Amino acid sequence: MQSLVSFKKVIVVSGNFPILTGLDFETGPGEVVLVKGRNGAGKTSFLRAVAGLLRITKGSALVLGVDLISNPADARHRVGLLGHETFLYEDLTAKENVTFVLKATRSNISKVDAALSAVGLTGRLSDLRVSSMSAGQRKKVALAALLAREPELWLLDEPHAALDSWTREVLDTAINSSVANGATVLLVSHEPLHGSLMPTRVVELAGGKVITDTRDIKPVVAEKVPL
Amino acid sequence: MWRDALLMAGKDLRIEFRSKVTLNQILPFAFVTLIVFAFALDTSPGTLQKVAPGLFWLAVLFSSIFSVDRAVAIETNDNAGDGLAVYGVDSGGIFLGKVTSVFVQLFLLEAVLLVGVVILYGPAIDGWPLVLLSAFFATVGISAAGVMYSQLASGSRAKQTLLPLLLIPVTSPVLLAATKSWQDAFSSTASLGDPWLRLLIVFSVVYLALGAVFYGSILEA
Repeated sequence: MQSLVSFKKVIVVSGNFPILTGLDFETGPGEVVLVKGRNGAGKTSFLRAVAGLLRITKGSALVLGVDLISNPADARHRVGLLGHETFLYEDLTAKENVTFVLKATRSNISKVDAALSAVGLTGRLSDLRVSSMSAGQRKKVALAALLAREPELWLLDEPHAALDSWTREVLDTAINSSVANGATVLLVSHEPLHGSLMPTRVVELAGGKVITDTRDIKPVVAEKVPL
Repeated sequence: MWRDALLMAGKDLRIEFRSKVTLNQILPFAFVTLIVFAFALDTSPGTLQKVAPGLFWLAVLFSSIFSVDRAVAIETNDNAGDGLAVYGVDSGGIFLGKVTSVFVQLFLLEAVLLVGVVILYGPAIDGWPLVLLSAFFATVGISAAGVMYSQLASGSRAKQTLLPLLLIPVTSPVLLAATKSWQDAFSSTASLGDPWLRLLIVFSVVYLALGAVFYGSILEA
């Protein structure tokens, strides 16, 4: 099986503190990996390391065939990261933010309206500045950008936080649809997963390394998102 | 890189024109600096006409600290800078985009400020081409060095005090060259072969090149 993410004995140090301590992880296309662990276990750092945002201190790390040690930036544009931060500009509107993301990633900007509509940001809401939006609405804007981008690797850090049940279902359906098309999802969540989204694998981290890896949980049911 | 630079410049300018910080805060600050320095020196017309170029460029340099700080701060809100990294935006493009955005804001500010200088101090300007070219390259130099050092300082907890400490000494050659060049332009010795103009061109080209090459390393650090 082709590896989309291959981490071998990865160590990441922040300041003098090791945040990933010899982490081994491998995943291929079409998987939904639920990453679990207590606070401070290294879940967010793991996702940021996969996104190429943390410098790998030691070990080997390949993401989408790119060596993160020699070329940490080369795989980033193929990765979608939705985390605690939304990466949005407060003085731009929802539509302007999504358009900027699509232009920056050289994606098709004709999908902007459809993506915003898919998360329920239509009409006046799409022209509202992000500074006037609630936390949930901001997350919807970031989600719309992710849906429109269709990345090969989705890195989702507590993606359901601040989302209403309808938008959670939109996100779950979008994830399932992308996985059916060959994308891979690494999902950090403290909440039990409801609805249509089921992980195919559960990985538990503690002290910056994988301590349990449970496979073949349940296959994902593919469903197209109407974009 | 150029495509990313245009994208970044467009985005930053849209944010700046919408927030109106340059118009409502930086421009009044520049005028206040201009007037306060004049009071501190001498209010006689002869002296003011003589020192007008220096006062103008001091006001621009101090104002530029706010502009470059804001240009970098845009990317720290909600960690938007990490977003740019994930989107694969070229670091040279980010640098050139931010320099362009700061350049446009400062150049507009200088245009308004120059009107103020002419009205307040009444200098006779003979060499307009030299004034404009010097202003162009001095502004490019200040913008390029400013964006680089502002990004360097942004990682520090004391960035508000560190930025002027880094930027003012580094841009002092621009201050000197732009002042001398304008003094020449304000007198009958104005010439496009002015040696101070050449220094401004060299400074701006060097800092543009340094930024385009090293900005990525500064971002990753």
